[in-house]
Formats: sequence, C-alpha cells, structure tokens
Amino acid sequence: MLAAFLGFQLIRGVSPLLHTPLMSLTNAISAIAVVGAILLTGEKDASTLSRILGFSAVLLAVLNVVSGYLITDRMLKMFKKREPAKK
Amino acid sequence: MTLDNTILPLLYMLAAISFILAIKWMGSPATARRGVIIGEIGMLLAVVGTLLRFEVVNYGWIFLAFALGTIIGIPIAVIMPMTAVPQRTAFSHACGALASALIGTAEYYKGLNQGPAPTTPEMTALIIETLLGFLTFTASLMAFGKLQEVLPQRPITYKGQNFVNLGIFAAAAIIGIVLIVSPGQVVLFPIFVILCLLFGILLIIPIGGADMPTVIALLNSYAGLSASAMGFVLNNRLLIVAGALDGSSGFILSIIMCRAMNRSFTNVLFGAFGQLQVAAAGAQEAKPIHSASPEEAAQILDAARTVVVIPGYGMAVAQAQHKLREMFDLLGKRGVNVEFAIHPVAGRMPGHMNVLLAEADVPYDKLREMDDINPEMAMADVALIIGANDVVNPDAENNPNSPIAGMPIIQAYKARTVMVIKRSMNPGFAGIDNPLYYLDNTLMLFGDAKAFLSSIVKELQAVGKAA
Repeated sequence: MLAAFLGFQLIRGVSPLLHTPLMSLTNAISAIAVVGAILLTGEKDASTLSRILGFSAVLLAVLNVVSGYLITDRMLKMFKKREPAKK
Repeated sequence: MTLDNTILPLLYMLAAISFILAIKWMGSPATARRGVIIGEIGMLLAVVGTLLRFEVVNYGWIFLAFALGTIIGIPIAVIMPMTAVPQRTAFSHACGALASALIGTAEYYKGLNQGPAPTTPEMTALIIETLLGFLTFTASLMAFGKLQEVLPQRPITYKGQNFVNLGIFAAAAIIGIVLIVSPGQVVLFPIFVILCLLFGILLIIPIGGADMPTVIALLNSYAGLSASAMGFVLNNRLLIVAGALDGSSGFILSIIMCRAMNRSFTNVLFGAFGQLQVAAAGAQEAKPIHSASPEEAAQILDAARTVVVIPGYGMAVAQAQHKLREMFDLLGKRGVNVEFAIHPVAGRMPGHMNVLLAEADVPYDKLREMDDINPEMAMADVALIIGANDVVNPDAENNPNSPIAGMPIIQAYKARTVMVIKRSMNPGFAGIDNPLYYLDNTLMLFGDAKAFLSSIVKELQAVGKAA
C-alpha cells in the first residue's frame, strides 16, 4: 500500500516527455516476477508441471528485463544526445 | 539459515529502494539514465539474492531460461525501430503478465498436490494474480496485433457486446470466488483460466487505435498488480513493492490519458465510441476545402516567424520524423522559430511522439505540452499538422454533440494559417469529421507525410541557394 502511494507521488513528478521510457522501465521492473519464477523452478522437488511453467516464466521475465532495460536506455540515449548538439 | 534471515531481506530492501529511486530519477531527462542503471542494479540484487536462497537448488533450468531470455531479448531491444515502441511495450506486457499467470497456475497445482493447501487469503491473491495475468496476456496480444496492424485498428463492435463481456467477467469472478472458498475444485481452475483469456480478447476488440495509449497504460498497471498479488501468494515483500510501483504507475498514466481525452475509464473500456461513430459519419457532407502544393507550403513556412508543428500517429506511420527535423533545421537557419506541440494522447502510447522526435534529434526543449503551448497558438503564423486529427479537432470545444466533446485539444485553429498534411480526407481513428479542414485559413496538403516533407525540404533548400 505504501509502495502504491509512493508510486503515485513519484509518477506525478514525471514529465509527459518521458512517459514512454517510464513505461518501459516499469515494465522491466514488473519483471521482478522473475524472483517468484526462480523460486518455483529451483525447488528441490518441484513437479514437472511447475518446472515447465516456472521455466517458461523465468524465460519470459528475463526477456522482459533484458529488452526492457536495453530499450529504455536506448530511448534515453536519444534524449540526452542532442543536448550538447544544441548550440 | 543466517543467509536467508539477514542478508536476503537486506538485498531485497536495497532492490526495492533501487526501484523507487529508478522511477524518481526517471522524472527528468537529466537524471533518467541514472534511473535506468539503478533499476538494473536493483534487479541484479533481487535475482542474486533469490538465487542464493537455500530452497533454490536446481540451477540448470534457471540458467537455461536466463540464457534463452537474454538471447531473445537483446535482438528485440536493439533491432526494433523506434516507431514500433508501442508494439514492443504491448508485447512485453503480454510476456510479463503471462509469466506471473503461469507462476500463479503452478503455485495452485503445487499447493493442491504437495501441500500445504493455500489458505483463503493466499488463494484470494492467487486468483487475482492469475485473473489479471491471463487477462492482460491476451489483452496485450490483441493490443499488439492492433498496433502491428495484423488486426484491424478500428473498433469492432456488435450488439450486446458489453453484455457478453460483463457476462464472461462475472462468470470468471464467480468461479474465482468458488475457488477461493474451496480450492479443491480442480475442474474449475482450467475453466477459470479460459474465461480470463477470453475476457482479455473481448476486452480489446472494441477498442480503437485512438484509445490505445490509455489501454496500454492500463495493461501496464494490470501486469504490475498481478506481480504484486504474486508477492502476497509467495509472501515476498519485494514482489509486492515492485508490483505496486508498476501498478500505480500504469494506473496514473491511464488516468492522465483519460483526462487528456475527457473520458472516463468505463467509457474507454466499454467503447461507447463505436455507437456514436455511425451517426457522426452519416452527417458528413461535401464541403469546400483548400489545398496547396509543396512549393506553396514551403513559401508560407519560409515567410513565417513562428511555426508550431503538431505531430500525430500519421507521422509515426510515415516515419516522417527525420524529414521533419531537416525542415526544422532549415527553417531554424532562416530565423523561423519552430516549436512542437505534443498532445498527451498523440500517437499510440503515452509519450510516443516525444520518443520519435528525440530519435530524430529534435531538442527536447522544443517539445511543448498542450497546456503550455495553447496560449501561444494565436501568435503562431503557421500550425503545421502532420498526421494528427482528433487532437486538433475544434469540434471538441464547439460541438457538444461531438463524440469527443470536451476533450482538450491543441488549438491549431487559432493560428494564422493552418496546414494539414494528410493522406486523404478520410476521418481519423475516432471516425469523426474535422471542421478544421474546412476553415478558410486551412490548407490541406495531400500526400504521404514523409514524401511531402521531403518536397518541402527540397523547396526550402532551393530557395536558400537562390537567396
């Protein structure tokens, strides 16, 4: 609950300029689900079912983490670049 | 286990703090990249901490999944063109949501077969997790399909649509509640999953391209909430915090989007637009318009002192942002002040236009927000509208019967001359005619945005050489 409140306060401060990178960042953050997936997959006596599901979940979440952070960074690089380029 | 009791909570707490800082620093372009880096660190801490947990013993599968995810993820991030950002975001929502839905499913069966049986609060969280997860999965795939134009962008409506949707949702909710009360009803769980998947599909079908920014933000929120619910199931605080951050961020973005269109959530989701549209289209009649050639347009631009460019989705489709920047440079050299007015819902996701223009090296201090630029519109010599439609439609202010009545717009009509680059007279995604096109000071520039801008650029260069 506290996090939700904090989230609200934080997002308010973000200018619309950066909404897209913000969304892709929070997207990457939501891939924190990877934690749950790891717990599930890595258990000693996980059943086949939960291993398969967990495996796919780790895969999907890592995909999100990697591409999420990379793309956010790529976007932000563009935002930064032309500040010095400006006379 | 000392490791689990002391180091782990510490790592998780640090990770949570990193995420909060990441979002905070995202607030300004100057610190945003630092935000990404701290976010990455947070994620690393969380993953390492989790891998160290004593109950995690089977590393083989995990690393294989890591490797595969990375191998697939990197090309997606590097190759993808910036115009495809909305699609990627939708796709990534689908992945994230599916991941948490799968975990929820696995947790359910695990609790059932191996015990301990989930308690009622756990089961509630689990149901919410899978509901939101599966729903967001198919809904995001649908959104992806629409954005990628694999599926028709126009809203698809049919009679009794809301009734069917609500019915399915109600059925899913009832089964969900039954499952919460008695988790042993194994048969019901697959039915529940199917209903959620189905509801996700049906939810997006009636939503048109113009509402995509809101929907994407909302799906972002769902994916986050789903992760948060997972945190309650697994009793993992980090998941709760990170999920809630994501959830609230998506939620507030969708509120901003809704406000920018003067519409309510229910209105967007239950697509009242579809019905109104038919009536609006019927009223259309042939009215005189003025059109102009690239040469004329270039002369007008050259003679202007202030030009406000209003980009929309059409610019993204035509990939015209680089040509636009060339024009911006040329005009800038000749002392014409060019600004860009960005409507909050221009494009297909929040902030879409900003990213595209940034990609083309337009300095971000030239990108102005709607409320900021509107008072200056009357002073502008030229308003150049590129592939935008509804966000400049004066009907929103003047015609109370218009479906978009009350939606805040960029007041392009106040400019001395309005130029609209558009492929044809077809109405925009909201399917509404735009009276702006029939004004005496409006010039219609028919053509592909990129091709047309190239012609203008050529003209400006020619004039420049002659002078």
